[in-house]
Amino acid sequence: MMVATGMKKSSMLDLLVLVIRRDLVLAMRRRADVLTTLIFFVMVVSLFPLGVGPEMNMLRKMAAGVLWVAALLSSMLSLGRLFSADYLDGTLEQMMLAPQSLSMLVLGKMAAHWMVSGLPLVLMAPVLGLQFDMPVQALGVLIIGLLLGTPVLSMVGAIGAALTLGLRGGGVLLSLLVLPLCIPVLIFGTGAVEAVSTGLSAVSHLSLLGALLVFALVFTPWVTAQALRISME
Amino acid sequence: MLEVSNLACSRGDHRLFSGLNFALHPGQIMQVQGANGSGKTSLLRMLCGFMMPDEGTINWCGGNTRDLEEDYYAEVLYLGHLNAIKDELSALENLLISAGLSGVELDEKEALVALRRMGLRGRERLPTKVLSQGQRRRVALARLLVSDARLWILDEPLTALDVGAVALIQELMAEHLARQGMVIFTTHQPLQVDGVEMRSLSLS
Repeated sequence: MMVATGMKKSSMLDLLVLVIRRDLVLAMRRRADVLTTLIFFVMVVSLFPLGVGPEMNMLRKMAAGVLWVAALLSSMLSLGRLFSADYLDGTLEQMMLAPQSLSMLVLGKMAAHWMVSGLPLVLMAPVLGLQFDMPVQALGVLIIGLLLGTPVLSMVGAIGAALTLGLRGGGVLLSLLVLPLCIPVLIFGTGAVEAVSTGLSAVSHLSLLGALLVFALVFTPWVTAQALRISME
Repeated sequence: MLEVSNLACSRGDHRLFSGLNFALHPGQIMQVQGANGSGKTSLLRMLCGFMMPDEGTINWCGGNTRDLEEDYYAEVLYLGHLNAIKDELSALENLLISAGLSGVELDEKEALVALRRMGLRGRERLPTKVLSQGQRRRVALARLLVSDARLWILDEPLTALDVGAVALIQELMAEHLARQGMVIFTTHQPLQVDGVEMRSLSLS
């Protein structure tokens, strides 16, 4: 057989990189999906000053909350697609037969999902924060908070996406499952900005967000992999 | 080798099969036969570990596949009803990725050789969404050429294939069996592999 010689076995890291690269390439070929999340985020955030009026003090106070809630909701938008395409075309079956742990592949998919739907929000947030006249220091804390928090949203969301895979009307169920779990992220994220604007240190809130991130990194890939196996039955 | 003992499967309240026993040794090929809905696909999905059997065990070289997990998966190549190819990617990208997922690092040249042998010369870099159903199946089947898995589990591999492609699949199966591989498959079309006794398993 012609190619049976010289084949190399791939390691866990190779597989992780492969999955991330694959998902990023796919995202670039379906650019509309990526833009939907970002445009939703920008629109929701921009509508608030129009809705509540141009009173600077009020806007400054609600800025962090609005940005965080909008980030949470827009990350929900793209979660449904996290596994469904792979499920429908059979790729997920092949992933389950990968010679490495399924958790690793899931971690790769989570990472790619964050790069596509979380990272653009983080990059967009300073511009939107300016609309609310946020002070520079608060903006800085907001960005750090979002950088720590949005990966958690992707990872916790992946559990919900795996559990609702293949269900009709899974979108609503997904939000019901995932949103309550994301509330701690929302509280610490907005708390950090609140603290810094009242002159306190944001370190405690940010370290709690960091702890949530580490916790999610350790547990969610495994839980998601188990949920996927249940959904595939 | 693959050993199945006392396997049972139900879908809802309906018992599809029970007390199923067979063993598949290196160099053997087995066709699973049965009417529509008799549980052929369920059996193959159980062998892949996608479904839990209601009763019974599936052993691979003496160890339960439930415990072996990744060590067993590395030996399995599964081709189901779904092609597991992405419309947005080219045939070449699809093959490189699916080989990568199954743990085989392939360079572009090897992948091109495999695709050409599958009769996809000149189509390697086209997005698979412009290919015909049969051509897409050929892209999926190209995985057979680049895999070093010992156990092939093929669910209706011949759907949408023309006569030439069917002959090619028979040739690939014969090569695989000659390398002491194992094949278990379902099909509703006649399929002959030269020089090998075709075992068959009837589900009813």
